[in-house]
Amino acid sequence: MSKRMVQFSIYRYDPDKDDAPYMQDISVEIEATDRKLLDALTKLKAKDDTISYRRSCREGVCGSDAMNINGKNGLACLTDIDSLKQPIVLRPLPGLPVIRDLIVDMTQFFKQYHSIKPYLINNDPPPERERLQSPEDREELNGLYECILCACCSTSCPSFWWNPDKFVGPAGLLAAYRFIADTRDQATNERLDNLEDPYRLFRCHTIMNCVDVCPKGLNPTKAIGKIKDMMVSRAV
Amino acid sequence: MINRIVVGAHYGLKDWIIQRATAVIMAVYSVLIAAVLLVVRPSTFEAWQGVFASGVIKFLTFLFFVSLFYHAWIGVRDIWMDYVKPTGLRLSLHVLTAAALVGYTAWAAAILWRL
Repeated sequence: MSKRMVQFSIYRYDPDKDDAPYMQDISVEIEATDRKLLDALTKLKAKDDTISYRRSCREGVCGSDAMNINGKNGLACLTDIDSLKQPIVLRPLPGLPVIRDLIVDMTQFFKQYHSIKPYLINNDPPPERERLQSPEDREELNGLYECILCACCSTSCPSFWWNPDKFVGPAGLLAAYRFIADTRDQATNERLDNLEDPYRLFRCHTIMNCVDVCPKGLNPTKAIGKIKDMMVSRAV
Repeated sequence: MINRIVVGAHYGLKDWIIQRATAVIMAVYSVLIAAVLLVVRPSTFEAWQGVFASGVIKFLTFLFFVSLFYHAWIGVRDIWMDYVKPTGLRLSLHVLTAAALVGYTAWAAAILWRL
């Protein structure tokens, strides 16, 4: 494939200059080697350096370039340009305050993440080498620890849009289950207590937008279901 | 009162289980009553009365209504929690909803045992 044009419609907002956000139509020529949306955005940035977005690793590990692509949240670096209908409509992640263009303020998202204490709690003195797990116990952490906190899931969740200050959100709950499921963690009860709340956990109505958009193919809804199962087996 | 966001009411599991249990009760009742009506095929008021004169049907129907109202309580309360932010107004709506549903329960009982 040779050089080709890509049409964009991009959400633009610079609070220092603009009274209100607007959509900008812009196109850019890309090379045959440009395959991912982020490649085209890099070309676009070279053409108009006022266009702002976050990026870092360009390979789906850092989670910086999450954005709303043609109405669906995803990572620009993992999205094939050819899979997208043009003009490609780019908007910032929904439900979070916009700082500028495609850059959102993630404070609320990380506040929820921190609220579930995303670290191992174990008060025993650390052994000489490492805390061991059986392969079966370790297996349970697969599909949980891979989360890169890109916020695609939480910002596609209507429950999170409505109550971002009170509902932990799919990303936070996936991380919560990652530590609840960890046999080396000793704070299971406290963690379940922390989530037993009509807002923090039970705002999840199994809409499953989170599963639909996760660029890493993870399943927060399943993890949330397992937290609920554990609460049930603790209570009955 | 200082404006801090507080969460951690430490309830929710019971409501979540009850919402599912009541849904199952309503689904089973719907199938049962449909089957009974298909078999009996009541065409007159007296025939309808006859179906609901049975103690078992009365009990199951009342159980259905209690399930419906409890299910509705959780659903409507969730709507108030999502859309109504001022605590005083929300509490008032919770009380009104609960009062209405308790009233409906008594009303359902009155209708069933009057038949």
